[in-house]
Amino acid sequence: MSATAPDPATLDIRPDGPGRRLAFRGGLDAAAAARLWPEAMRAARGVHPLTLDLGGVTALDTAGAVLLLRLEREAHRAEFQGLAAGPLQALLDRTRAALDRPGPKPQPALPFLGRVGEATLRRARGAAGQVAFLGESLLAGLGALRAPWRLRWPEVLRHLDEAGLRAFGLTTLLGFLIGLILAFQSSIPMKQFGAEIFIPNLVGISLLRELGPLMAAVILAGRTGSAYAAELGTMTVNEEIDALRIMGIDPIAWLVLPRLLAAMLVMPVLALLMNLAGLLGMSVVMGTLGFPLVAVVNQLQAWVHLKDLVGGLAKAAMFGLAIGLVGCRAGLGAGRGPRAVGDAATAAVVGGIVSIVLLDGVSAVLFFRLGW
Amino acid sequence: MPGTPEAEAVIRVRDLAARFDGRTIFEHVTFDVRRGEVFVILGGSGCGKSTLLKHMIGLYAPAEGSIEILGVRMDGLDGAARVALLRRIGVMWQSGALFGSSTLAENIGVPLEEHTDLPAEARDMVARVKLGLVGLADAAGRLPAEISGGMAKRAGIARAMALDPPILFLDEPSAGLDPITSAGLDALIRQLARDLGTTFVVVTHELQSILAIGDRCIMLDKEAKGMIAEGDPRRLRDESRNPVVRAFFRREVLA
Repeated sequence: MSATAPDPATLDIRPDGPGRRLAFRGGLDAAAAARLWPEAMRAARGVHPLTLDLGGVTALDTAGAVLLLRLEREAHRAEFQGLAAGPLQALLDRTRAALDRPGPKPQPALPFLGRVGEATLRRARGAAGQVAFLGESLLAGLGALRAPWRLRWPEVLRHLDEAGLRAFGLTTLLGFLIGLILAFQSSIPMKQFGAEIFIPNLVGISLLRELGPLMAAVILAGRTGSAYAAELGTMTVNEEIDALRIMGIDPIAWLVLPRLLAAMLVMPVLALLMNLAGLLGMSVVMGTLGFPLVAVVNQLQAWVHLKDLVGGLAKAAMFGLAIGLVGCRAGLGAGRGPRAVGDAATAAVVGGIVSIVLLDGVSAVLFFRLGW
Repeated sequence: MPGTPEAEAVIRVRDLAARFDGRTIFEHVTFDVRRGEVFVILGGSGCGKSTLLKHMIGLYAPAEGSIEILGVRMDGLDGAARVALLRRIGVMWQSGALFGSSTLAENIGVPLEEHTDLPAEARDMVARVKLGLVGLADAAGRLPAEISGGMAKRAGIARAMALDPPILFLDEPSAGLDPITSAGLDALIRQLARDLGTTFVVVTHELQSILAIGDRCIMLDKEAKGMIAEGDPRRLRDESRNPVVRAFFRREVLA
């Protein structure tokens, strides 16, 4: 209590026979204890006998009492002198009693092998949970197919708006810039072969088949996957999910399905927007290279096929589903406390991006086998 | 002595009014809190008890009137002076408001680390002392999500006391607790007030708590938009002529 102790505490160290005498004076509060701590501790180390003269102490708080008791422990024993019976003595006694009480027992650390086993089990349980979640979602989806009127359509619309419409600006901007950059970067080596006219082939095919869906999916994972995880994670932390279950409402059908549906429906649209904006960006670069728009369009028409576009958009829908699943699963599987929500959002974004890249690899093999 | 008129006033509230969007919550609220007493702010739901508390700790700026804590005007205070005053009050929030990603001991270490230069060992010892004071010595290493509601409130009190403030504000300490836990908390508050000489300002509507811990109280009322009673809660219960006060203390339905 700095206000009630206007006099800053002082410490006077004197030899006292074979031992030492530490005389404190003034208000021994937290600030004073912090200031005197190193000096007092040095003076008390291994000293016997140690006398703590507290005759001049006018005020004492918990931190001050902790300092005195720590000094006593440092010297193994100390004699307290001069502290009048009263609130200061009572505080010292109380602090001593609280410190003497045994604290919680530390958890025995597992041996290395045990830790490995524990981590493996945890991972395995997590993976099993993922599979179970996929199954639950699938069942709920089939249920919705049988009774589509039971799906919460207003909720689907809300998520379509949040995941789709509100991402249009960002998607268009990124698509335009990526098309621009891609065309510009490839124009430099192409120019050496006089092959600038093939830039639309390069940019068109890579955008439509790969980059468009992939970049749109990254946007969705960052914007929407994390939002799903945070929203559902907060609901989990607040026991809202338990409340739904107890009302006999399946949280998968109620919360997850509308989100999955929205993510799946919105992704082809975002990918298409990305593609178109990218092609526009490419056309701008082509224009600066001296090719009119009609030449670019002709080139695209001759070389880029509908299957490139449709294959990419189909992939996009798949990515949307994966991001939605990973995001919702992360949210519903959240632990407790505010950190759990942050962890869930991180898991949703990281898991979403990893899963779309994996899916992209799988679909590349698949499309190759199918001869697309 | 607590509650006696001779004890100096550590908090002075003068003609305080709270308004949000032109809506008056309360006005003309004037009272003193004296050193060492347990002062209770009571009233029914929605009467502005918590709002008054938030004015007193400087979270809300008063629409009118003034608040003085330990001789310093709270309203309009900022910078170093505000921090210096905030160091000398502690607040226990209604839900505990413990930091979810830190253990109880770390929670109590936060104000110590921020406002003192104590070494880590000393902070740890102070945290153990404070947890021991509220009977949570065994739970020092636990996270807030792993403890019960009653324990969270006690941990909240321990954190509020980290810097040994002369004034503690408690928001609804017994709300949501079972009668036994609630009575235990009341006993803890009385014990701390007696042992540490700390002044308590307690917001509550729990009748039992009010009578168990309160030296003095004021009662706010939603209809009157202000104070309708002030004094010893036991005397208010027995002697008040105000129908709202009587209904409150007798748990009656107001005609």
